[in-house]
Amino acid sequence: MAFELADGALDVLRGITLTIRQGDFVSLLGPSGCGKSTLLRLIADVLTPTQGRISVLGASPSEARRHRVLGMVFQQPVLLPWLTAEANVALPLRIGGWSRRHPPASSPAALLQLVGLDGFHRARPAQLSGGMQQRVAIARALVSDPQILLMDEPFGALDAITRDRLNEELLRIWTQVRRTVVFVTHSIAEAVYLSTRVVVLSPRPAQIRRIVDIDLPYPRRPAMKDTPEFTRYTAALRAALGEAE
Amino acid sequence: MRAVARPATILRAVPAGRAHERGRALRRRGLAVLGVVAALALWQGTVLLLRVPRYIAPSPVEVAVALRVEAGTLAANAWPTILETLGGFLVGNVIAVAIAIGFVHNRTFQHTVYPLAVTVRTLPIVAISPILVLLLGNGYAPKIAIAALITFFPTLVNMVDGLNAVDPQAQELMHVLSATRWEVFRYLRWPTSLPYLFSALRIASTASLLGAIVAEWIGSNKGLGYLILAATYDYRTPLLYATMAVASAIALALFGVISVLERYAVPWRRAEGATD
Repeated sequence: MAFELADGALDVLRGITLTIRQGDFVSLLGPSGCGKSTLLRLIADVLTPTQGRISVLGASPSEARRHRVLGMVFQQPVLLPWLTAEANVALPLRIGGWSRRHPPASSPAALLQLVGLDGFHRARPAQLSGGMQQRVAIARALVSDPQILLMDEPFGALDAITRDRLNEELLRIWTQVRRTVVFVTHSIAEAVYLSTRVVVLSPRPAQIRRIVDIDLPYPRRPAMKDTPEFTRYTAALRAALGEAE
Repeated sequence: MRAVARPATILRAVPAGRAHERGRALRRRGLAVLGVVAALALWQGTVLLLRVPRYIAPSPVEVAVALRVEAGTLAANAWPTILETLGGFLVGNVIAVAIAIGFVHNRTFQHTVYPLAVTVRTLPIVAISPILVLLLGNGYAPKIAIAALITFFPTLVNMVDGLNAVDPQAQELMHVLSATRWEVFRYLRWPTSLPYLFSALRIASTASLLGAIVAEWIGSNKGLGYLILAATYDYRTPLLYATMAVASAIALALFGVISVLERYAVPWRRAEGATD
């Protein structure tokens, strides 16, 4: 995946050239409102760039979208309240008759199990906690078997304890499914803990300030957050963000 | 999280909550009955105490007697009104929903027709009735048309709001999934609009009866509207009150049917209410 973005009309992003390797867990880190979500939505073809070029596995974002190369997890779970958890996960399979042409690798039920929601198939979103709803959203993003998972501050609306738990879950899922993940966050610790690589963005118009490879071994454990290596990374990222202001 | 997350915990917690809820609902219903009984007693007492003549204001007992004695007349006149109410309700709502769906999918259509609909709405229904009688004759048609006209507007407005009340992020989700317009409608817009639709249907249930009765005031020799006029001219005031009671019962029944339908059509609304 690669992008080159020149100055846009809104001037949200400027001169961003970034290549994301397949299988990486890349975090886009930056202050609130810096345009990192915009970048993600450009990749997802929710927005169209006024200038510049985005290539997703050699195709345009709109081709990638039509072929479901991308799975998207939003800041809010965005579940349909009238559907059960399982039916919400199955929604992408129903749209466009997807499952008829592409038999799913894992069933919605299996994906609910993967995200730790076994036994909640028939629950409606209102009966689930915020963290559980976001797990359903992750299962839904995975159901049409995308090669890239786009996550737009997926845990930003959750409390710290739930957020930590879901970070663990996400790493476990990532090591199992091994997809490219592009993860937007404004939490330095979250970025370091999850990612193979962190891209630091400046405030609007967003520019790339630094790209840091996180050479911490997987599986990562919560105890790592207290190690000197971890702290060195967070300090380096904090410094990069500081320059950005 | 763990305490909430276990299905077993939920299973244990729910029946206790339901029983509690049922107790409260029963108490609420008891209070409502008590209110009605108190009002009737006050009415009866006042009429007896002030010796109000029957043709000015009958007592509840006299109205009850009229309901019994005139049951045949009331039933014979209730049927046409019920048919007109249901017919108008059906026609008005179906057209309103269809036009609302058209509005959401074609802005030009909306900008052409919406002002027209608003203008029709401002015409006083009492003034339109004679016009429709002239146009459509003396049968059921003008009454159904007026009942339909009166239900049409609230449903149209609510439905347009409901179909547009879609979460923008859910629309993005549909876009990411490359959903067609039909799929967006089927999976997102239509279910989103259902709570709005049922709010409108509840308003429409009482409004369509009102429309039917007003329509019967002009050039009709049957129906509850006709009976109201006839009873008033003849000073058969207990019958007038009894007619009112029958009309109110019809509206309540229709309202009740819609509330029951809503519970089946929009079950997630209750689930949402339970966690709030």
